[in-house]
Amino acid sequence: MWQFFHKLGSPKWFFGIATRLMPWLLAGGILLLMAGIVWGLAFAPRDYLQGNSYRIIFIHVPTAFLAQSVYIMMAVAAVVTLVWRMKLADVFIKAVAPVGLVLTFLALFTGAVWGRPTWGTWWIWDARLTSMLILLFLYGGVIALDRAINDEKSAARAVAILVLVGVVNIPIIKYSVEWWNTLHQPATFKLTDKPSMPADMWVPLLLSVLGLYLLFGWLACLRMQTEILLREQRTRWVKEYVMAGRG
Amino acid sequence: MAFDSFSAFLVMGGHGPYVWACYGVFFILMVAMMVWSVIRRKAAIESCRRGYELQAGRSEQQAVRGSAASFTRVNVSHD
Repeated sequence: MWQFFHKLGSPKWFFGIATRLMPWLLAGGILLLMAGIVWGLAFAPRDYLQGNSYRIIFIHVPTAFLAQSVYIMMAVAAVVTLVWRMKLADVFIKAVAPVGLVLTFLALFTGAVWGRPTWGTWWIWDARLTSMLILLFLYGGVIALDRAINDEKSAARAVAILVLVGVVNIPIIKYSVEWWNTLHQPATFKLTDKPSMPADMWVPLLLSVLGLYLLFGWLACLRMQTEILLREQRTRWVKEYVMAGRG
Repeated sequence: MAFDSFSAFLVMGGHGPYVWACYGVFFILMVAMMVWSVIRRKAAIESCRRGYELQAGRSEQQAVRGSAASFTRVNVSHD
């Protein structure tokens, strides 16, 4: 167990695993996402209430879902950074924060465009939308704080603390539709209930969520590799890797 | 198919602009992020390589100078 934990913290070991995983993540992600989107756009039945505008759900829910779960993953990595000082956890936070930012922006944008025909407004300051906007600022704050501090170790600690403070926002986003009156509809998927929509709608939605998850995995591996290369460039294995790639 | 024709698919019962704007922005941002990440990784490898070459060049120079100082002096014409 401890040996595994030790290995997990080794950038070199991770680099090798990531290289092997990445083609599968990329291919699987694109395949599932495309299947979900094509099914959702062209073959899923039209919603009796919202008409065809509901088809935005096949990208809105995956991006919003990922935006939150990426933040939770970052919070776990922040605990690991603070408690065990594992370098790889800090590399993860730094590598995925911009991805989280883009996903949160996409969730907000698709939500606004969906809100226009459905609610009659692009934006209202209700709990769900406002807490998502705060998530966007948290991602921005993490990126900015990391860039502002030059020393790698103090940057890692400061960023980890900011991520942990911001994690309060996640349950607020999750339960905002139940605690407050809001225009936003309740959660589409619940672990305990059967889906409230027909299979022709929720299966493509599930496919696109899984596809985006895999694509995120690919992006995370790729961006972590970049960060590792830059941080470990004085080590022998990076030198061998870089020089071997040339010839 | 949920639509009778391709044009009905594009119009989406009047909601076409909303739906296609969302999907358009989604694809543009996702592809841009993926391409940018790949470019950044390549740039990182390139900058590492340049660093090593610079280092190798410097230590070679040092080796030449070092040997010239400790060994018998040899005058080599550079003309």
